[in-house]
Amino acid sequence: MKRILRHGKIDLALHGLRTGPSGRPLFLLHGRGMRSPDRVPDAVSTWPGPVWALDFTGHGASTVPAGGGYFVEILMADADHALAELGSATVLGRGLGAYVALLLAGARPNEVRGAILCDGPGLSGGGPRPVTPTVLVPKDPGPAPPDPFALLELARDVRPPDYATSFVRQTTQLSDLERPISVCAAERPDWLAAVIEEPGVLVTPLAEALAHYAALK
Amino acid sequence: MDVAQTIDDPGAISYAGAQAPARRRTVDAGGLAIAVHEWGDAAAPPLLLAHGGFDFARTYDVFAPLLAAGGWRVVSWDQRGHGDSQHAALYSWEADVRDALAVLDSTTRGAVPFVGHSKGGSVLTQLADACPHRVTKLVNIDGLPSRARHPDVAGHERSLLRAKELAGWLDHRRRTKDAERKSGTLADLARRRGRMNPRLSPEWLLYLASVGARRDAAEPSGSSAAEPSGSSGGGFRWKLDPTLRFGGFGPWRPEWTLLRLPGLAPPLLGFLASVSEPMGWDTTEEILRPHLPPGAEIVRLPETGHFIHIERPREVADRVLAFLA
Repeated sequence: MKRILRHGKIDLALHGLRTGPSGRPLFLLHGRGMRSPDRVPDAVSTWPGPVWALDFTGHGASTVPAGGGYFVEILMADADHALAELGSATVLGRGLGAYVALLLAGARPNEVRGAILCDGPGLSGGGPRPVTPTVLVPKDPGPAPPDPFALLELARDVRPPDYATSFVRQTTQLSDLERPISVCAAERPDWLAAVIEEPGVLVTPLAEALAHYAALK
Repeated sequence: MDVAQTIDDPGAISYAGAQAPARRRTVDAGGLAIAVHEWGDAAAPPLLLAHGGFDFARTYDVFAPLLAAGGWRVVSWDQRGHGDSQHAALYSWEADVRDALAVLDSTTRGAVPFVGHSKGGSVLTQLADACPHRVTKLVNIDGLPSRARHPDVAGHERSLLRAKELAGWLDHRRRTKDAERKSGTLADLARRRGRMNPRLSPEWLLYLASVGARRDAAEPSGSSAAEPSGSSGGGFRWKLDPTLRFGGFGPWRPEWTLLRLPGLAPPLLGFLASVSEPMGWDTTEEILRPHLPPGAEIVRLPETGHFIHIERPREVADRVLAFLA
């Protein structure tokens, strides 16, 4: 099942990978340059409820806009459109999607019932501070996803550790969950290394994190 | 001026010293149509001129002709989502810098002077840093970096503040698909803009509305020509993309821009405002001094707000022309 959500001038594709069961959905966010999986991934098959996955702007079945202009916060707004559709959800992000899941947990601390941060493409972003400025223009901004502008720009977004931890603190202060953020990633870019030092963040295997959030009311 | 004319006929509105661009063309910036406006002799040496946020190239209708009269081909453009340029799905700082380079590349593959106001000054400062081989001199009109103001609030309150800001921005994004600019007469549009530009004259703001607004498509039926346009809201809207809004948030911090200033390659002339106002950056010489590149000239004009080149076009143009000579 596919739902189309309108975000500004973009049509976002939200895929229902498992829509039968009732209960809180597990909401998947893909990595940089990826797209939603076609079926429920084995690694999350133990989730008892529905499973949904979003294609970010310029990825998968979502619109590829002209002229680029990507930044991580606009992907958070993509994910927020899906959250509005799903109501509350447990969010699982890979790579770039893990960083977006953290931002979304901080921005919507009551609707996000647990954020699970996993390894995947784009976990590091552009590093903790800006590098030498340069103007990047893809040679062929063709229409097929992923958008080459997205690949370029989402490899350069700066992720200062204190920016990431400010979202953690906001999540832990405003969510009623004791451990609203679970880190399952083995790669530890600077922002994520800082995140796991924060109270309320648990480093845990994926299966355990899924079981924990599935058991929540 | 006949009031009915100000409502119905943008072409009837003029302003002393204002000149429409001599040429208008379109540049393809990664698939996005960017409107380019030029003043002056097409064979004169080019100069790149960038407008500020929520402005458009024709806010230079007085200032640009003064530079053109000094012997320059003045090339400006409407930033994405502004003026006559295409409304984009995505807006970012990097995208504005890239669009600026597309305009420059469409003009020359050589190096030219950069002149920018406010956000345009900051965008061109970054382009100068990224592409020092493309710029000869840099003029920044009240777009030099400042420091963020950190309200002195405790951690928990600060989280609540940010949460409100974040939720507010996300709620705004949820509404963008239906966003449209508020309709009004040209006089209404000028009056509304005056709130953010309190130092600019009503005559100038009305002129800006006459070149920066678009007339609504005619209503299909039911509204006779004799009927006042108030029922449909006035008939004009600013061309600016309604999804754009002030503020926002992100990881960027102004000190990062300050840290890049000392290494800027081109000679720098910077103008600073001396009167604080809503659109201003409140940059001071005290903040800038430790960060200025060698030989930089900073000019702070007395009793002048953020729109320095609009308040004092002749004086600013003369100083710019002397600096570029």
